[in-house]
Amino acid sequence: MENEIAISRLADEGLAELSSKMLLSLDLHELKTVQAHYKKLGREPSQVELETIAQTWSEHCKHKTFRAQISFNENGKKKKIKGLFNSFIKKATDKSKKKWLVSVFTDNAGIIKFNGEYNIAMKAETHNHPSALDPYGGANTGIGGVVRDVLGAGLGARPFANTDVFCFAPHDFPRNKTPEGILHPKRIFKGVRQGVADYGNRIGIPTVNGAILFDERYLGNPLVYCGTVGLIPKGMEKKKASSGEVIVVVGGRTGRDGIHGATFSSIGLSGESSASAVQIGNPIEEKKMIDAILKERDLKLYTAITDCGAGGFSSAVGEMASETGARVWLEKAPLKYKGLAPWEIFLSEAQERMVLAMPEKNFEKFREICGIEGTEATIIGEFTKTKKLELFYSNELVGEIEMDFLHNGVPVKKMKAEWRAPKEKEIDCAEPKNYGSTLKQILGMPNIASKEKTVRKYDHEVMGGTVGKPFEGKENDSPADAAVVRPLLSDWKGVVISNGINPFYSDIDPYWMACSAIDEALRNAIAVGADFERIALLDNFSWGNPENAETLGGLVRACEGCLDASKGFNAPFISGKDSLYNEFILGKEKVSIPGTLLISALGIIEDSRKKVSMPFKREGNAVFIVGETFSELGGSHYAKLSGTEKAAGKGAGRVPKVNFKKAKGIFSKISALMRSQSAEEKIIVSCHDCSEGGIAVALAEMAFAGMNGAEIFLEKIPLGEKIARNDFVLFSESNSRFIVEVEAKQKEKFLKAMKGCAAAEIGHVLSGKSLVVNGLEGKKIIGEPLDDLKRAWKKTLDW
Amino acid sequence: MAIKAIVLRAAGTNCDAETFFALQKAGFEAGKVHVNELINGSKNLSDYALLAIPGGFSAGDYLGSGKVFANKILFKLNNEVPDFIKQGNLLIGICNGFQVLVKAGILPGFGGNYNEQLTTLTLNNPAGFQCRWVKLKGQKSRSVFTKGIEELNVPIAHGEGNFIVKDKGTLEKLYAKNQVVFKYEENPNGSTDSIAGICDESGRVLGLMPHPERNLFGINAPNSAYGKIPEEGEGMKIFRNAFEYLKK
Repeated sequence: MENEIAISRLADEGLAELSSKMLLSLDLHELKTVQAHYKKLGREPSQVELETIAQTWSEHCKHKTFRAQISFNENGKKKKIKGLFNSFIKKATDKSKKKWLVSVFTDNAGIIKFNGEYNIAMKAETHNHPSALDPYGGANTGIGGVVRDVLGAGLGARPFANTDVFCFAPHDFPRNKTPEGILHPKRIFKGVRQGVADYGNRIGIPTVNGAILFDERYLGNPLVYCGTVGLIPKGMEKKKASSGEVIVVVGGRTGRDGIHGATFSSIGLSGESSASAVQIGNPIEEKKMIDAILKERDLKLYTAITDCGAGGFSSAVGEMASETGARVWLEKAPLKYKGLAPWEIFLSEAQERMVLAMPEKNFEKFREICGIEGTEATIIGEFTKTKKLELFYSNELVGEIEMDFLHNGVPVKKMKAEWRAPKEKEIDCAEPKNYGSTLKQILGMPNIASKEKTVRKYDHEVMGGTVGKPFEGKENDSPADAAVVRPLLSDWKGVVISNGINPFYSDIDPYWMACSAIDEALRNAIAVGADFERIALLDNFSWGNPENAETLGGLVRACEGCLDASKGFNAPFISGKDSLYNEFILGKEKVSIPGTLLISALGIIEDSRKKVSMPFKREGNAVFIVGETFSELGGSHYAKLSGTEKAAGKGAGRVPKVNFKKAKGIFSKISALMRSQSAEEKIIVSCHDCSEGGIAVALAEMAFAGMNGAEIFLEKIPLGEKIARNDFVLFSESNSRFIVEVEAKQKEKFLKAMKGCAAAEIGHVLSGKSLVVNGLEGKKIIGEPLDDLKRAWKKTLDW
Repeated sequence: MAIKAIVLRAAGTNCDAETFFALQKAGFEAGKVHVNELINGSKNLSDYALLAIPGGFSAGDYLGSGKVFANKILFKLNNEVPDFIKQGNLLIGICNGFQVLVKAGILPGFGGNYNEQLTTLTLNNPAGFQCRWVKLKGQKSRSVFTKGIEELNVPIAHGEGNFIVKDKGTLEKLYAKNQVVFKYEENPNGSTDSIAGICDESGRVLGLMPHPERNLFGINAPNSAYGKIPEEGEGMKIFRNAFEYLKK
């Protein structure tokens, strides 16, 4: 074969050198497996073969770490883990008896039931590495990619909502300390948000939910998560390409952009990283393709579809034909420009392409529809019975790989992980002299502060189904807990989308970080009215280098947390993704991101007219708290503000935990009451989750949202343990808590419905425009005008 | 007999589904048609009584919002759209559709001349795309779409909604002929006199930047989670008015 790469005689060093030169990102064991395979065949691999194997076996595509055998040393006790994915993430779902699960972990997206005619698909992804090098382009193609994942789920779901979560270094990071080769975080922030806006708005999918977090360790390696939710007719969740059918590519043309994207994302970043690994996005190309495919789907013209993402054709065709075999004529692929080598055509990650299977007789009709929509469709090959991937370029065989070796040949990784539990000790700091000013400072901390300047750049109303919006309140500028979207304008049923993320708890214990993220995502969804019995979860890990045993140990802890929380809440995972090697090399030092887990929650609200919002509604109504407060200030914003973290180092303090039994009781009771109350005469008239910044922040947000003040008595707050300090009660970030406004006349009904849960009336809504808090000793400690609180919350990121 | 409406799409149109839904709900027999289908003759404008050009980013709006779509209408459909209007039919352009109408010179359409650009919609001031709910004040106009609408709560979502007139004369004429249909209560984008929508002299062509098709249900409006919320949204009135007009 032409373009052979001589590997048969290479020794270990030679193999490693080749891997690094060709950006294969394969380890020695894997390289030797390839070498042995070709020795057995009695020939050398061609370039396109080697590249295809490397892409297919990449961390990005194969999730080798999540499938690895791990010997885990936990506090000196050793145990073996047979794959994080099977042992933890998938295990809870496997045991779940939820009848509304349709397709989980097998396809491009997870699918759950919606109504009698339709199902819902959701996928969330990271696009971290590209966004570090090219924030605008990386964010562009991050959305484009996840939208195609949903379009390629089953026989194709119609995307109807997007989500975005970003992690950056602080926007005010000193410019003169920004290392060479790194863009300033504010520039990355602005590039990413413009990239999301320009792509998401143009393809006409509302961006309805998200979060933005800041930590210095994201300086060289920012995180960009994009999620998409889609609607798919029942019965279309399965797909199968059969031998004899043709392979069709539709959408954009193939170019040299994004080559090695999959392998590139499987290694650390440095100032030398190449931007040619970043793809280039064109939203209108994608929109045309979506419009064409959804028409073709409804005419049942094709039998299988998948997106062309990481690895390009090599991964799309390789996956679709894994059971059959395929013959590809690379010269037939439409190109953006001439001069691409066969392997470049096969590996290119040029955007806005989907690959489909169909009987040849359907192609003419298929192409005609594409023509009307102004997009291109081309036959580039056929499905065979050979169980081989055969690649031709102008009649010449340039590659031939057995499907079995391509998909199952990668050796299982063996890895080591270590975890030592930290000593538990609460933070120590002086009590604030002026609680009002401390509250305003916390409201202004970038993680908590208003993200309005970003969110307004995204169309959250297109498609006309957004009934629970990013902003609530008198002036439409206060933070909602979750989005409520009606995918069908003819059905009152809605989809609830929320998220939970808190990397700061990872510094103490990733186990409780994961439990907290799940608790947060669920309570956000429940706060707006989602049915607790019907919430599905998605996991998206962004972690450091798993070859470091301690880093991997943290990841194991987080996965254990996912299993326990998913089981504890009976909320199954339906899809997930991991992005590892998120580290940046600064001179000789490696900076790893904090272990970051984004949990997305996908819920259903039976009647969206029953949605509940967070602003305080009416003077005289009662304010309740549901859920116990503990002294859990570790990783909290108060710990950051008070300087404890600086003094004691990250990881100081007691991390918020979850009592699954109690939490489940609270969630199901709140949810049941919201479902049963009437839309017009609610018992729970407002509900807001307590998270970053604790009770104080939640109360302030509810008050300035409704422009109704409140008077609160801290002594009435149910405590899970003895807490003597006002600041700890106000700012503790304990999980599983809601602040609830209850219609004055309905207090008894509310308490009856909450029986068995820690629920207490802690004050009432005022007509005055200030938030008043009386401390544990009964003395007034906060009396702040709502305008001042809101101003403090709005000013930090007002650019 | 059924009254037929057409939702005209182009590459990058993205508010077609909700506009289609609104027209159906108002009573129309609605269809979604790609502009390429009018150009290749497989669909005919003359079969319809209302033409809606919905929002979106036609052709990406890279050459100026609505410009490419406007040129398709001008140079590929020749006089089809002006003839359609003159035959007594209705035309509504929302957001990108409004941009298309002013760039094709269909609006303001003084003296029945539907081929002269006298106004434009350009970059917002302050700059940048923004999505928010606004309150519109209905003006005394001749638009058949806005009968009885004094106020309308609807969202805007655009980066180029700044309404500019060619000269003082154009603005004076717009007022003199009662062609100013909506003004923003608070100007979000720098538009001249806070103008959010205009019509032609016949009152049968309406262009507006805000999106009535995104307020078809009471629960679409902000702060609609408490108390008695009407089932139908305020935006439906525009589509219902159009249907009532054509029914007569």
